[in-house]
Amino acid sequence: MFGLFGRRKSKDKLKERLKLVLSYDRAKLSAGNMEELKRELLTVIKKYFPAEDNDYDVKVEQHGDRMVLVANLPVQAP
Amino acid sequence: MNAKAIVVTSGKGGVGKTTTTANVGAALARLGERVCVIDTDVGLRNLDVVMGLEGRVVYDLIDVFEGRCKLRQAIIRDKRVDTLHLLAASQTRDKSALSEARMKETVTALLDEEGFDRVLIDSPAGIESGFQTAASAADGAVVVVNPEVSSVRDADRIIGLLEAREINEVRLIINRLRPAMIKRGDMLEVDDVLEILGVKLIGIVPEDEKILVSTNIGSPASLDDNTKIGAGTAFRDIARRIRGEDVAYPSYEPQGGFLAGLRRLFGGA
Repeated sequence: MFGLFGRRKSKDKLKERLKLVLSYDRAKLSAGNMEELKRELLTVIKKYFPAEDNDYDVKVEQHGDRMVLVANLPVQAP
Repeated sequence: MNAKAIVVTSGKGGVGKTTTTANVGAALARLGERVCVIDTDVGLRNLDVVMGLEGRVVYDLIDVFEGRCKLRQAIIRDKRVDTLHLLAASQTRDKSALSEARMKETVTALLDEEGFDRVLIDSPAGIESGFQTAASAADGAVVVVNPEVSSVRDADRIIGLLEAREINEVRLIINRLRPAMIKRGDMLEVDDVLEILGVKLIGIVPEDEKILVSTNIGSPASLDDNTKIGAGTAFRDIARRIRGEDVAYPSYEPQGGFLAGLRRLFGGA
């Protein structure tokens, strides 16, 4: 993944960016909306679990023909 | 491809739709198919100049649509390959003169009445009426993409719109590939693009200065049999794959890349 001089290959970065932006495009979501969704999810989760604001990962993934919303929300037992 | 009417499209402009249409059309004709290429970029016609047929346009697609001439009068026959024909776009009108119904009628007439084996429809850039009209008459599509961010994103959008039109035979041409940049990790590889877009490949075309030279003189590079590597050959291979032949992909090695530089340094071949 790292090139001759420790520089990350620019095409790997592009591939990552494209996968993300296309997942939003295909789901007809804007990246801004996803941020909003993330914030709201967090607010709901916090009502039930003590939680921190970082370490949250919410994304849309393509699984074959289907679009899947994947949320990885680490929580502590209340 | 089973499709007889193939739309050549990309979403983004400047990725090589017109060059692809001219070169693949010429190569298909050279293989013996009766081919008609149609320019649907009304107001910005260019397929005529790329093919070197600009001096022979009398009637255009919109003249046919609006009944000012018979379809046969608007078809220009290429003098180099007599099975190759062009139906030019209008340069003076705009895209509002296009009609999906007329487009379908025209393509049906070309295939059923005028005896053409294949119709290639050169779509305008964008996703609006021009593209929609071009796609309306097609039963297959070739999406041209460059391995860069905006072209891949636009190609994904176009693929979605083609699927919505129930055009199921969609194939991908990766155009303007630069092997030296791929070797450095600064350009998406063929497999990366295929993984992202999820469409079947039908051609890989390397960046090639000969394309500009061939458009300068108005003669498709695919008609130059002297070239054994490069874009002209790649377009000929695409034509054969469209006809169902199983043509292997050559590996494109960078010219003058790092390894070549090392070899030069140590006096190797």
